[in-house]
Amino acid sequence: MAKSATKSKVEAGPAPFTADEELTAYRMMLLIRRFEEKAGQMYGMGLIGGFCHLYIGQEAVVVGMQMAMVEGDQTITGYRDHGHMLACGMESRGVMAELTGRRGGYSKGKGGSMHMFSVEKQFFGGHGIVGGQVSLGTGLGFANRYRKNGKVSVTYFGDGAANQGQVYESFNMAELWSLPVVYVIENNKYAMGTAVSRASAQTDFSKRGVSFNIPGEQVDGMDVRAVREAGARALEHARSGKGPYILEMQTYRYRGHSMSDPAKYRSKEEVQKMRTEHDPIEQVRQRLLGGGLVSEEDLKKIDAEVRDIVQDAAEFAQTDPEPDVSELWTDIVK
Amino acid sequence: MATQILMPALSPTMEEGKLSKWLKAVGDTIKSGDVIAEIETDKATMEVEAVDEGRLAAILVEAGTEGVKVNTPIAVIAAEGEDVSAAASSPAPAPAPAAPAPQPALAAPAVVTAPASPPPAAPEEDEYPAGTEMANQTVREALRDAMAEEMRADPSVFVMGEEVAEYQGAYKITQGLLQEFGPERVIDTPITEHGFAGMGVGAALTGLRPIVEFMTFNFAMQAIDHIINSAAKTLYMSGGQMGCPIVFRGPNGAAARVGAQHSQDYSAWYSQIPGLKVVQPYTAADFKGLLKAAIRDPNPVVFLENEILYGQTFPVPKGDFIVPIGKAKVARPGHDCTIVSFGIGMTYAMKAAEELTKKHIYCEVVDLRTLRPLDMATVIKSVQKTGRCVTVEEGWPQCSIGSEIASRLVSEAFDYLDAPVLKVTGKDVPMPYAANLEKLALPNVQEVIDAVRAVTYR
Repeated sequence: MAKSATKSKVEAGPAPFTADEELTAYRMMLLIRRFEEKAGQMYGMGLIGGFCHLYIGQEAVVVGMQMAMVEGDQTITGYRDHGHMLACGMESRGVMAELTGRRGGYSKGKGGSMHMFSVEKQFFGGHGIVGGQVSLGTGLGFANRYRKNGKVSVTYFGDGAANQGQVYESFNMAELWSLPVVYVIENNKYAMGTAVSRASAQTDFSKRGVSFNIPGEQVDGMDVRAVREAGARALEHARSGKGPYILEMQTYRYRGHSMSDPAKYRSKEEVQKMRTEHDPIEQVRQRLLGGGLVSEEDLKKIDAEVRDIVQDAAEFAQTDPEPDVSELWTDIVK
Repeated sequence: MATQILMPALSPTMEEGKLSKWLKAVGDTIKSGDVIAEIETDKATMEVEAVDEGRLAAILVEAGTEGVKVNTPIAVIAAEGEDVSAAASSPAPAPAPAAPAPQPALAAPAVVTAPASPPPAAPEEDEYPAGTEMANQTVREALRDAMAEEMRADPSVFVMGEEVAEYQGAYKITQGLLQEFGPERVIDTPITEHGFAGMGVGAALTGLRPIVEFMTFNFAMQAIDHIINSAAKTLYMSGGQMGCPIVFRGPNGAAARVGAQHSQDYSAWYSQIPGLKVVQPYTAADFKGLLKAAIRDPNPVVFLENEILYGQTFPVPKGDFIVPIGKAKVARPGHDCTIVSFGIGMTYAMKAAEELTKKHIYCEVVDLRTLRPLDMATVIKSVQKTGRCVTVEEGWPQCSIGSEIASRLVSEAFDYLDAPVLKVTGKDVPMPYAANLEKLALPNVQEVIDAVRAVTYR
């Protein structure tokens, strides 16, 4: 059966959220934003080492997808992963303590920013090799089909990873065997410092599955409603046995690639324009207030709760002890 | 003029086969490209096509004959009316002589001294309990049985790789598995090692137990990122939360005449990686017992096989047994010098040990079987007895398994050493194609003998 390989962008605009849905999205996106801001601050204070890739600006992608997923669906991503963990329901304390390399971190301090996992939340990492998670995520989909458990693997990667060879090896097998995988390409316009147009011959990432007959669509990744709607469509496709689906999320990261990025490759004006005109959290906030769904006071209350969670996580991550030295030699093999 | 048709070699490692069927009879006219016979090897049944034209004048090897050596004349083709009695009875052409291999300049004294001690008694430990019933099996059959038995016992075990299902395995290791377990559990992949290795790891992270077959480990270089970065490190990176029970298996090292890109030995490479277990057996029983152990192991296991060993036959215990990962064995007891080897290196080690008894030098041969974790205790125990050690492997010399053994012996058993530890390895060159050069690039029995004589000063 021939499939329509790509769908054009949905022009009519996404279906509206209920007030509860708006609040859920607002709270989670805000948590990710505040968490990442705090992580950036702590990095600057020398409390977090090595690499630290912040998700600020891209929050609507992971939150919208999470709202479309059902319990048991798996998540796997690359190294810009803190937002994905929080959206999956992993604890702020455990994530922040991993960033500071403490024993209460999700990996007992042995993984770091790029390597956290949660069997309970079906979060499979956290991978530092660009594109590696795409084959692994396809394997999660394979396992779902093998077990016939009705679950879907949601496999995130960036516009940079989208040029890796193993992505296409995975696309081929996923479609060949109708594996339940939704590939979410987070196109934040820059692979480290290289603009999409300087690295990609085909900059419409929704078409990257065309030669494998994988349907794809471009989604406004700054609008959480559009993300959830497209996510639901993609998940339904994958869950019903029709095979993989590609979602290109058009998004933007406000911060540098990592903390050490001077960001000379783009203008301050470009960043500022995205922040003021397309910010995913501000969009929800305006809808909530504009529709009279909540008051400023209500939102302030949420803001305060979120700040408390993040503050608590930050304190925990600084007071929790480093791993016991015996941990050097544990968890190498079972 | 009458032409002899010779028994063809159908693979780089084939030495003999069964002439299963003649499709032409004496007197038939034969055109170039006609299928004249079927030949069965331990891997496959193949058709033999005629190259020459004429009339089938004589059949020299009857259908059903087993063990027909490569290059044996099997039939004669003659022009119409030609007398073929001479051609039909002439002997097989002699194989091209192999170039004499120059011996390395290892200083071994020419004079053989009197035996220092009597030959050793029988093996000190029995591998299997008394009364264990044994049957002869090839390494190939042992590997297949190991997978089939584990797949019967555990539905989470599956096999994936190139040509493992419909084709029955490029080297026929997975023969019959598709028929027994079906396409859901015996999965032909596209030729995309990087992708399917990563997929296997992803499936293993959820608790399934994939067996990923690489047609050869040479191709696993495409996939080595997932073997190391994704499979070996995840348990540690996740603080012990998420394991990866997967087996990567396939032939490793040189086959025969397949050139530099298809002949590499990865033993030392994988043995360096924390988080992996690395196994490389020699006998069919060890292949079976260790593969079963590898499939049951909760960690990623790199299981290195050897194409030349696939067709070799050894006694194998009947029924369910495992050989524990991480335990070397004394394959031959002795007291004058320890020879440490593994995998196909054992063929040189065992032959050299046998040869050396003629000089009254009795070697103890230790088969490592597992390269990570390395069973140094068994090696050291032997060296405490012999005071000498020679290592044998086909891989390259720098940072080899032998290098590691030598280094560990110097650190951990220095006081027991009466001579330097010598390594016999493949030469430090890419594998050449020419038959004489390839032979020179690989270790040989004489090099092992020379090394043992050098360290025993005899």
